[in-house]
Amino acid sequence: MAFEGLGERLQATMSRIKSKGKVTEADIKVMMREVRLALLEADVNFKVVKQFINQVKERALGSDVMKSLTPGQQVIKIVKEELTALMGGDNQKINLAQKPPTVIMMVGLQGSGKTTTAGKLALHLRKNFNKKPLMVAGDIYRPAAIDQLETVGKQIDVPVFAMGDKVKPQQIVTEAMDHAKNEHLDTVIIDTAGRLHIDEALMDELKDIKEIAQPDETMLVVDSMTGQDAVNVAESFNDLLDITGVTLTKLDGDTRGGAALSIRSVTEKPIKFAGMSEKMDGLETFHPERMAQRILGMGDMMSIIEKAEETVDEDEQKELQQKIKDQSFTLDDFLDQMDQVKNLGPLDELLKMMPGANKVKGLDKMQMSGNEIDHVQAIIRSMTMDERENPAKLNASRKKRIAKGSGRSLQEVNRLLKQFDEMKKMMKQMTSKKGRKKNPFGDMGLPF
Amino acid sequence: MSFLKRLKDRFQPNKENKQERAEQTVAEQAEALDDGLISIDEFEEWEQERIGYKFKAGLEKSREKFQTEINELMARYRTVDEDFFEALEEVLIGADVGFNTVMELTDELRHTAKVKNITETKDLKETIVEKVVEIYERNDDFPETMNIQEDGLTVILVVGVNGVGKTTSIGKLAHKYKTEGKNVMLAAGDTFRAGAINQLRVWGERVDVDVISQSEGSDPAAVMFDAINAAKKRGTDVLICDTAGRLQNKGNLMNELSKMKKVIQRTVPEAPHESLLVLDATTGQNALNQAKSFKEVTDVSGIVLAKLDGTAKGGIVLAIKNELGIPVKFVGLGEQLDDLQEFNAENYVYGLFADMVSHAEELDEDSKTAEDDA
Repeated sequence: MAFEGLGERLQATMSRIKSKGKVTEADIKVMMREVRLALLEADVNFKVVKQFINQVKERALGSDVMKSLTPGQQVIKIVKEELTALMGGDNQKINLAQKPPTVIMMVGLQGSGKTTTAGKLALHLRKNFNKKPLMVAGDIYRPAAIDQLETVGKQIDVPVFAMGDKVKPQQIVTEAMDHAKNEHLDTVIIDTAGRLHIDEALMDELKDIKEIAQPDETMLVVDSMTGQDAVNVAESFNDLLDITGVTLTKLDGDTRGGAALSIRSVTEKPIKFAGMSEKMDGLETFHPERMAQRILGMGDMMSIIEKAEETVDEDEQKELQQKIKDQSFTLDDFLDQMDQVKNLGPLDELLKMMPGANKVKGLDKMQMSGNEIDHVQAIIRSMTMDERENPAKLNASRKKRIAKGSGRSLQEVNRLLKQFDEMKKMMKQMTSKKGRKKNPFGDMGLPF
Repeated sequence: MSFLKRLKDRFQPNKENKQERAEQTVAEQAEALDDGLISIDEFEEWEQERIGYKFKAGLEKSREKFQTEINELMARYRTVDEDFFEALEEVLIGADVGFNTVMELTDELRHTAKVKNITETKDLKETIVEKVVEIYERNDDFPETMNIQEDGLTVILVVGVNGVGKTTSIGKLAHKYKTEGKNVMLAAGDTFRAGAINQLRVWGERVDVDVISQSEGSDPAAVMFDAINAAKKRGTDVLICDTAGRLQNKGNLMNELSKMKKVIQRTVPEAPHESLLVLDATTGQNALNQAKSFKEVTDVSGIVLAKLDGTAKGGIVLAIKNELGIPVKFVGLGEQLDDLQEFNAENYVYGLFADMVSHAEELDEDSKTAEDDA
């Protein structure tokens, strides 16, 4: 099921309108319908959508959209700006206490990812704020929940305070606070049991815990795949506990994450973090603008560039571009390139972030796992340096040797050589055409 | 005879049954309360009934809300126009019915309204119900009942994304088959998440069934291998395999799943007999992506809709059936052992419109009397 981004949707509408030459108020209405559908498709709550559309429509009518030569672009711009503004503009930092300890309380539905996020937060605070965290096992209900937190604690080397599942969470938290004081631990992260927002008894328990712990940050953890109900969940938790921040989890999935907008709009509380993987370092600060693009299906170029900048050495890049220009790019350079790409993270994840990637048919089915890169690298590493410089040298018997050496099939070796050949041809074209816009991926050093 | 009448006739026997059961329950309950000292069996039965109520209450809430919304819609918009269709779209999307299915439905309705020249919303009511039922029935590839072998081993593979409630659902499934007198075994295939193996072990102890496991971080396919061989050796009836939660867009993790399946099939070629996808009832449009991707890898034969409480409406059921043909087989309601109920989707869909159906029938009868009078 390929999602259509708002861009494509509006383009289709615009091409119908363009033939008429002038944009009327009725056309704006048609465009608003497309915006509305795009948001609904992304799981934004329908009430929130309605409110939002009215806002955008007003701005669109009041501004120069109708006179603009590119009304579609104008509408997208307005939508994006409004979305970003609605989601809180700039990123907001976590609340830390002036006087230790900082207390963070994790709340949310079952399975939203509280325990994992607690661990990620502990690591984040230790790494970036030099804190000494203590995690408190307050989930006495789910089987092995305490066990899970203890295992997470071991993984990241953070102490866990637990009293088993026979003691009331209120008491656990009381004693944990004392424990933190005695051990000079300046950050207390309380993991609580997942609960339905309509379960009054359990919600009252949270209220008690909040009373005891007086948290600086009451963090609502929400699964980014949540549908229309996200509004109710966020509202109930906020009404009862007055949350101070939100973490959206499982954003490394392929959900559009409209829940983010719903939550933000009903609670007016900032979304502070995004959970991006099952690994403990997979916690990223939340960027409203990028989320806006994701909800609209516009890709997330910023994150790719940032990731690339983090991992790619600038000097190497210049050298590489020179090589592409004078066409001395060899299989050995290709090997280096792949190492860099691997450092960027899983390929399928990267592809997903590219604008328009969701338009490419069959991309979702393509298996772009790290394994494939490993295979290609194995093949190249089985070549001699000489062969890497001059692949033309590779005759049948050499190829056979390489296949054997790398444990891949002869076909795979051939395929790689052919692809490399085509790649060089493409590079030649790219560099020879003057004035044409440079391929952005060429700049970034991605070999495709 | 109108469509609604036909629909009602079709479901009538069901409805009577339900009423009978409800009456019976009330009687039983009264009995149970009269007698200060009831036997444990009786108490359990009573508990069972109470949970049945909880289940019905849970679904009832969704239904009521949905019906009120539709009725309000009809009251607010008298004439069939674009505003009405937009509002209808919102009601359906608000119930988390899949986006494409909603668009399909409303487009067909727009078409029907145009062709039949329907201008008043009340005349469109019947068509709406008709279309919803039609959409539900359109794609009937898989049987709705569980494929449990009479003799020999039945392997149930349980898959899903992270945190949907796989392990909990397995515990409840184990309890269900154990109480049916089956010999049940569990395989702890989630070797990745911290504490997952212990979580399954706790369930195993609660239900009193064997759990086959290896240490955390070991190859899940190896766990499957052990489990399936142990199950064969011990003459187990039902082997339920837990797997680690994985997001459906992670190619390597999905490959791991197909490897697990292959390992199972090497020993029992026709296994897994059931491949159940657990979905969180609060999940939105992404549930469809999940169903689609997992279907490709493990031939999902049924869905367990977990965490269906009073507020989540689980409308995605309709879309998954429509677009992928996978029926919902179980509904999970809480964290207790017997909170897992078999799901009859036909009744559910019918229930969504029960009020409207009976209302339409009254109208039918009215017009009939009018005709008679004339």
